[in-house]
Amino acid sequence: MDPGGDNALAMQAARSPQLGQPALVALSDGARTPLPAGATETDPPDDGPLYVARQKIYPQRVSGTFRRVKWLVLFITLGIYYLLPFVRWDRGPNAPSQAVLIDFPSRRFYFFFIEIWPQEVYYITGLLILASMALFLMNTIAGRVWCGYLCPQTVWTDLFQAIERWTEGDRREHLQRDRQPWSVDRLARAATKHFLWLMIAWWTGGAWVLYFADAPTLVRDLATFQAPLIAYVFIALLTFTTYSLAGWMREQVCVYMCPWPRIQAALTDEYALNVTYRYDRGEPRASLKKAAALHDRGLAAGECIDCLQCVHVCPTGVDIREGSSLGCIQCGLCIDACDAVMKKIGRSARLIAYDTDVNIKRRQEGQTPLFRLVRTRTVLYTVIIALVGAVMIYTLATRRNDGISIIHDRNPLFVRLTDGALRNAFAVRILNKTLEPQSFVLKVAGLADAGVDVIGSATRSGGDPVIEVGPDQSREVRVLVTTHQRFGPGASVPLTFIIAPEKGGTAASAGDHFLGP
Amino acid sequence: MLGRKKYGPKPPPKVVTTGHEWDGIQELNTPLPRWWLWLFYATIIWSVGYWVVYPAWPLLSSYSSGLLNWNSRSAVSAELAALQTQRGPMMTRLAAASPQQIESTPELLDFARTLGRRAFADNCAPCHGAGGGGVKGYPNLVDNDWLWGGTLDQIGQTIRHGARAGDDDGHQGSMPAFGRDGILKPTEISTVADYARSLSGLPTAPDADLARGAKIFADNCAVCHGAQGKGNREVGAPNLTDQIWLYAPDKKTIMEGITNGRGGVMPAWGGKLDDVTIKALTVFVHTLGGGEQ
Repeated sequence: MDPGGDNALAMQAARSPQLGQPALVALSDGARTPLPAGATETDPPDDGPLYVARQKIYPQRVSGTFRRVKWLVLFITLGIYYLLPFVRWDRGPNAPSQAVLIDFPSRRFYFFFIEIWPQEVYYITGLLILASMALFLMNTIAGRVWCGYLCPQTVWTDLFQAIERWTEGDRREHLQRDRQPWSVDRLARAATKHFLWLMIAWWTGGAWVLYFADAPTLVRDLATFQAPLIAYVFIALLTFTTYSLAGWMREQVCVYMCPWPRIQAALTDEYALNVTYRYDRGEPRASLKKAAALHDRGLAAGECIDCLQCVHVCPTGVDIREGSSLGCIQCGLCIDACDAVMKKIGRSARLIAYDTDVNIKRRQEGQTPLFRLVRTRTVLYTVIIALVGAVMIYTLATRRNDGISIIHDRNPLFVRLTDGALRNAFAVRILNKTLEPQSFVLKVAGLADAGVDVIGSATRSGGDPVIEVGPDQSREVRVLVTTHQRFGPGASVPLTFIIAPEKGGTAASAGDHFLGP
Repeated sequence: MLGRKKYGPKPPPKVVTTGHEWDGIQELNTPLPRWWLWLFYATIIWSVGYWVVYPAWPLLSSYSSGLLNWNSRSAVSAELAALQTQRGPMMTRLAAASPQQIESTPELLDFARTLGRRAFADNCAPCHGAGGGGVKGYPNLVDNDWLWGGTLDQIGQTIRHGARAGDDDGHQGSMPAFGRDGILKPTEISTVADYARSLSGLPTAPDADLARGAKIFADNCAVCHGAQGKGNREVGAPNLTDQIWLYAPDKKTIMEGITNGRGGVMPAWGGKLDDVTIKALTVFVHTLGGGEQ
């Protein structure tokens, strides 16, 4: 990142200090950043308050492109979250029929046609890598897309604010009502709001636990108070967090609790599109009348009429015209608000738009704006996403539905039998990931005359022991390998354990060693 | 926060710094949100709740036990009870089945071996080793040589009543101290030790008098170890013709045994472990590899 970019970020952070900012402001070139007009530079440290109360925000209703996108995202994401547990997926009689299920007691994760065993948790690692790379990519392309549209905190806050506007009125009405003494009407509205909030919060917790057990059964058990205590505990917990975080904490979560805004400031660069007030067009701000007067006198006037609509619709209460800040989640609602005003007064839209500081400076210098989507970092993130995705798809498509793992007995490493033969014992675990019982024929290669016995399995197929494993289960058996061969001191003969499905199919194998004195 | 009482343009934000600056980096002095303070107070109240609900304060002779009456001992009991409930059905089946039935039922065998492995580690491993490999004087349970017999019933009998442990139903009989008690002279002991080695094909010194050794063996040892030296499980006399030695196959160790006698003790576990555990142990030892049918 070039020093100018650094500086710009630092300035952005410094511009909106009331919304919490990094404790240190980095000034890249050692020069003092010009402070905003009227700011006192160095107050004595003991003067200020240690704590400040949250300033309540009354976001105004707004309509437009980005509001529609946000509604769409809200309905899709919440729809998936609330309804997915009820989607059925037939896997036959030996497995649950829930499409998405995290089955802790039997240690399985079901996702439609995919079933993950605990030892395959690296798929989760892959998913996490994909998720973080997707976040990074989003950030390099269009800034805080996650924060503005997709983050659960944003989505639920959005929903809760919509309910607040519906019950207690839009910004003006709500502000007025809050200044009046408590009345039956005001009380009823507040009660309705909190009741609806709690219902949504409760439903949120309820949907959460449905991912961990058969949803229809659990719903019935919950209703009849037959469900396990832990289910009620988690519902209560998520009810509490949803209600308090989306209802009360809101932007405080983004500003004070969430690490992601800080990380994003380090990830972004000067070509990342951000919700930007085009101050080249907007400044100096002037009302319509004042602008006309200025024009009459042959003076310049910007297009911003200082109507504060962008501030009033902001869910986090920032002024986008001060530049992007930690508090700005870049949801684009100020764009909608400004566009509506510009349309009314007959000026062209997008005084606030997805743009970059680079373009503002270019326009000021009479150059054409520059949009660079293909940059080193966007290419790099895309390549990593494609690579990790491809590896995951490949391993998922080619993974076996059986498996074998071996542990050699540690004490004793070998035993001598009465007739002088040598014997090694192994704990062999065989996995059957299919949903039917399977029989495997066990062969041990590596020792010509090896006798192979399996404790607990009397059946044999052509001299080789046969091991039955139940559907979707693993089974550990004790395998004894005996030989009459004589070895020198410290002998270690490589062995290969091969399991072949009795009904046909390719064999799985694992290696170990036969040890002698 | 900034005392804005009516609508209108915001006053310019106030950047408050501590006045410190290092290499152009200034330290901001932004007040914390008020709710942060509330959280701090809430944790204090929460901690008071702990004092009331859980054991907390030491008193003169005991402690404040708390409203829940919780303690780690009862928590362990509760967890053990939960474990018993979980194991209940399988334990009932295990109690009802004979060791032979257990071995022929795969899920019972798996359960018994798992249970047996834990019981073995708790009770048997100190002498027989973690995997039953044994050490000098403590038999290896993985091989197929048995002092007192290797069928399920014989193993169960040995675990339950032990050997030379004072249990009337336990195994009796020990190796006499032929040298210490003056039955055999040191030269005779040396001669018969050579003969004992020759029984399992171990090399002996060129001047060893095996014929005389055979005579001494027939007169003194054969009564327990058998005329062929194949041993006698009734009295726990080891088979001397196989490749397995409880102590060691070198001549010095053999002579030491003949001179001072042998008689390792296996405790009787009948009174100490319950029936199901002994059954699981029996199955576990039998399936280590050397079990006899």
